[in-house]
Amino acid sequence: MSGLFRKTLETKDFIVTAEIAPLKGTNTQKVIEHIELLKDKVDALNVTDNQSSVMRYPSIGVCLLIKEQGGEPVLQVTCRDRNRLAIQADLLFAFSRGINNVLCLTGDSIDAGDHDEAKPVFDLDSVQLIHLVHTLNSGKDMAGNELDGKTDFCVGTSATPSADPIEPQLLKFKKKLKEGISFVQTQAVYDLDEFKRFMEQARRINGNTKILAGIVPVVSARVAEFMNENVPGIFVPPEIIDELKKTPKKEGAKKGIEIAVRLIRQIKEERLCDGVHIMFIGREERVPEILEAARLMSK
Amino acid sequence: MIVAERKPFEEISKMLTGYKKVLVVGCGACVTICWAGGEKEVGILSSQLRLAASREEKELSIIESTVERQCETEMVEELKDKAQEVEVILSMGCGVGVQTIADVFEEKLVFPALNTTFIGMPQGEGVWTERCAACGDCLLYWTGGICPAARCAKGLLNGPCGGTRRGGKCEIDLEKDCAWVIIYQRLEKQERLDLMERYYEPRNYRAVKRPGKIEIIRK
Repeated sequence: MSGLFRKTLETKDFIVTAEIAPLKGTNTQKVIEHIELLKDKVDALNVTDNQSSVMRYPSIGVCLLIKEQGGEPVLQVTCRDRNRLAIQADLLFAFSRGINNVLCLTGDSIDAGDHDEAKPVFDLDSVQLIHLVHTLNSGKDMAGNELDGKTDFCVGTSATPSADPIEPQLLKFKKKLKEGISFVQTQAVYDLDEFKRFMEQARRINGNTKILAGIVPVVSARVAEFMNENVPGIFVPPEIIDELKKTPKKEGAKKGIEIAVRLIRQIKEERLCDGVHIMFIGREERVPEILEAARLMSK
Repeated sequence: MIVAERKPFEEISKMLTGYKKVLVVGCGACVTICWAGGEKEVGILSSQLRLAASREEKELSIIESTVERQCETEMVEELKDKAQEVEVILSMGCGVGVQTIADVFEEKLVFPALNTTFIGMPQGEGVWTERCAACGDCLLYWTGGICPAARCAKGLLNGPCGGTRRGGKCEIDLEKDCAWVIIYQRLEKQERLDLMERYYEPRNYRAVKRPGKIEIIRK
């Protein structure tokens, strides 16, 4: 892994990032294996923040493990579990330890997870969070106090190209970009016509922000249907579900990877956006297969 | 109006275990309208309690009474004579009602029979929905008269989250409209969509919810 992600964004033609899910518990062996496997094959590794509102090892902890292994981490920060004091404190700590990239997200609802009786925080929303990171970057905290040592984060966020209706999402997206966004990692993309329409609008808002299409391989029709019902912001179209239905069960993962590779290739060939962000949660060890088949093993 | 729901009978019954004289007090205001703690509900709960007591061969005498508004000291004071006759007062008012009675009759045990849930409005027969989060900093001017603090599952101020479901439904409830989608639609009709592009600062929680801090004094 060479250099900062910010530089990669500026110079690389087609950017590839992947997601790593923290473990539930303290045994970091497997996540370290995933980091070892992926750190030199992608431009940055995102670490989720209690994804799907399921309590886990912290994003910041896995980001530090990535740093220790010589990788480039992207710290995901959601607004669900921490108020403005806690978020700022975490960001100061992260930056002081060499974590230079932050992905600002609202966060899934508490109801989605395994601690659904918890108090949802949402002291800030994602637009305000982006604003906050830039405030820290300017050397001040949210209350206007001077920082003894400022941050210099490269700021990213997400977008939902499959949102229906898309207009309110686009207006929010516009607000996010106005606050200052270097990279966008979208929610899962399956329908490329829909994605093209999203990209046209996104480019009209800001042509400079790097947009990476979210790639989530689906390994069976059942998983796809489950995701459509339970995973917010994801919509697997019926054509893909049909394709998976025709696939023998034991070849599901292979098929899921094949579909993902097909999407990546088309995105790259037609230059639909600036790169891809691969989220193969729970099967991180199979990400290299996707990279290889999509001819993304540039390193 | 304040919307409340009656606690499960078992929970109420457990609170009353061991007491023989109970005053069940309804409230003629909000909880009458939301069918939770008016005169009718006082009658139903009292009958259930009497029935359960006789089935278990326990002694229980219940006085039923409904005041006009349980949140007003003067109206609660009218219960003085009845309160003297009982060990426990079971309030079927909102949380404010329970506390008003408890303050007026400090020596009495005052128990709640309802769970106070939200500030809302009736939406058809037997349906009430939350409409106000009592946040202390009303935003309805900016949002087309639809409150994101009360109606967005995350209380977001700057537009919808990425979890909005197809057809503009809420991430956590497919039956519920995404608050920001309906705000968008309303502002579009009013030709005020520019408000969707405005940046809303983080809330000032000094002005809003913080336990024990809210008091209004008018001279």
